[in-house]
Amino acid sequence: MTDTILETQDLQISFGGFMAVKNVNLKIARGTIHAIIGPNGAGKTTVFNLLTKFHTPTGGRILYNGTDITNWKPAEIANHGIVRSFQISAVFPHLTAVENVRLALQRRLGVSYHFWRSKKVLQSLDEEAIARLDQVGLKEFAHLHAVELPYGRKRALEIATTLALEPELMLLDEPTQGMGTEDVGSVTDLIRKVSKGRTIIMVEHNLGVVSKLADTITVLNRGEVLAEGPYEVVSKDPAVMEAYMGVSAEEAEA
Amino acid sequence: MNVTTHPEIAEFDALSGPAGQTRGRALQAVFWVLLIGFVLVAPFMLYPVFVMQLLCFALFACAFNLLIGFTGLLSFGHAAFFGGAAYITGYALTAWGVPPIPGILLGAVFSAALGYVVGALAIRRQGIYFAMITLALAQIVYFFALQLPFTGGENGLQGIPRGHLLGFIDLNQTLNMYYFVAAVFMVGFLIIYRIIHSPFGQVLQAIRENEPRALSLGYNTDRYKLMAFVLSATLAGVAGSTKSIVFQFASLTDAHWQMSGEVILMTLLGGLGTIFGPVVGAFIVVALQQFLSGIGSWVQVVIGATFIACVLLFRRGVVGELARWLKVDSL
Ligand SMILES: Nc1ncnc2c1ncn2[C@@H]1O[C@H](COP(=O)(O)OP(=O)(O)OP(=O)(O)O)[C@@H](O)[C@H]1O
Ligand SMILES: [Mg+2]
Repeated sequence: MTDTILETQDLQISFGGFMAVKNVNLKIARGTIHAIIGPNGAGKTTVFNLLTKFHTPTGGRILYNGTDITNWKPAEIANHGIVRSFQISAVFPHLTAVENVRLALQRRLGVSYHFWRSKKVLQSLDEEAIARLDQVGLKEFAHLHAVELPYGRKRALEIATTLALEPELMLLDEPTQGMGTEDVGSVTDLIRKVSKGRTIIMVEHNLGVVSKLADTITVLNRGEVLAEGPYEVVSKDPAVMEAYMGVSAEEAEA
Repeated sequence: MNVTTHPEIAEFDALSGPAGQTRGRALQAVFWVLLIGFVLVAPFMLYPVFVMQLLCFALFACAFNLLIGFTGLLSFGHAAFFGGAAYITGYALTAWGVPPIPGILLGAVFSAALGYVVGALAIRRQGIYFAMITLALAQIVYFFALQLPFTGGENGLQGIPRGHLLGFIDLNQTLNMYYFVAAVFMVGFLIIYRIIHSPFGQVLQAIRENEPRALSLGYNTDRYKLMAFVLSATLAGVAGSTKSIVFQFASLTDAHWQMSGEVILMTLLGGLGTIFGPVVGAFIVVALQQFLSGIGSWVQVVIGATFIACVLLFRRGVVGELARWLKVDSL
């Protein structure tokens, strides 16, 4: 049994000649929180898109629990325990909060192609869905449409939906982006709480959050790995400080 | 976790929540009563053939809405299923003497198969490319409708016999024909209603709302979209087949791209993604065509103007705006 849950070997992708990700070698240790940071346009989201097969790499391999998943499809990845969130909040806006979570639970009933059945069969999942909402403090909003929730709660709903799949590996793309400081604090607590028993890879701009949560940090710049290690080491790396000049204010604030 | 409550919750207008849902159910019940009441008594108040035409187009629009309103796919080729099935049914009834119900089923099977082919080719593309592929493939079907020996070319198939239902109900009697069409419409409408309110429909709505998210939750979205496409094509075919029996002809008009445009118009006018909207939209368009037929090609201008006015005044379509105004989430 290996301690590495996910590994990339010389991962790369080019968009019409532009190398958005270049020879990225990651080793994500099981049970840890691994942060990927880097300036805007560094290729962080693109790495997520590669890991979850939304993009096909133009080079390199991805190994998940030792299996080569480089040519898998996105839905397959999800069914094998890798679930991602998105940089822009990803809820189903005109479905209620409980319906949002239920969509994650629904697949295991095996009725998702049953167009001739009433969706009342899904009500057997309501209790669990509401428990999931409760976990992120959304129980009282269960029957509101997601679009009506304030931003911070949308992100919480997204995490509740992701968690409902009980992912082994959870990928969060900037979970605190656009939030006020109080929401940032509660999302940070939430991530710590749900990290028990699973592995998390997160892209995060807020270095305060990163320093509190991450066991390992990978710094990306122009598609390449600039540095890697625990926060204390990475934050003192001169190359990182240079690449991060622009966002040092954020660090101070956090 | 405790996210701070924002007093300034945007868009919060009690659209959902238990109160809104109860109101929604009550209003839906009202619409059901109105629809069923209309379908039952209409032939005594209006010209029956006109009402049959309304019902055929209403079913066509509802089938189309399943795709655009509940899955988020804009097909610009639905005339191929409507018109194609009309030809198949017309031919089966004329040449083989097939009874009406098996004839309609043959049309449905044809449009399902055609829907599978068109859908499989189109769903790989998104947005406008999807629409263009469906249009291109529908034009190929139109070409075949014009060229194949059995379709009657420019004249279409004429004098399709209505036949007898179950061997003893004579469909040449107007009221028999009417209630048969009404039954086909109601069954089709109920099927669509059920699809929308099924576990499958729930996934379709998720895909419409946020496809990448549905994918990341493990749904093979292409397969769901293809299935929705086939279902929609099949029901559009049923509408076309039924129409060919009502009017006793199948013509190029049914398969023409203008027909694909008309069904989009009906759906938008009535309210995209609403349950009853396409029925209302079809009624508006068909009624305008009927009552304004005296003014010749100006009909198109009037319909165009109505459309523009509706888009400007009621962006969500008639039923969509009504639902919004009454603060219910689905009508
Ligand atoms: N589908 C695509 N086609 C072409 N170029 C792309 C595509 N996706 C990303 N890129 C480019 O790749 C680079 C990396 O983008 P990416 O979104 O991964 O950055 P990021 O690190 O997530 O930035 P941010 O912090 O702003 O989210 C950018 O220059 C972007 O323009
Ligand atoms: Mg990004």
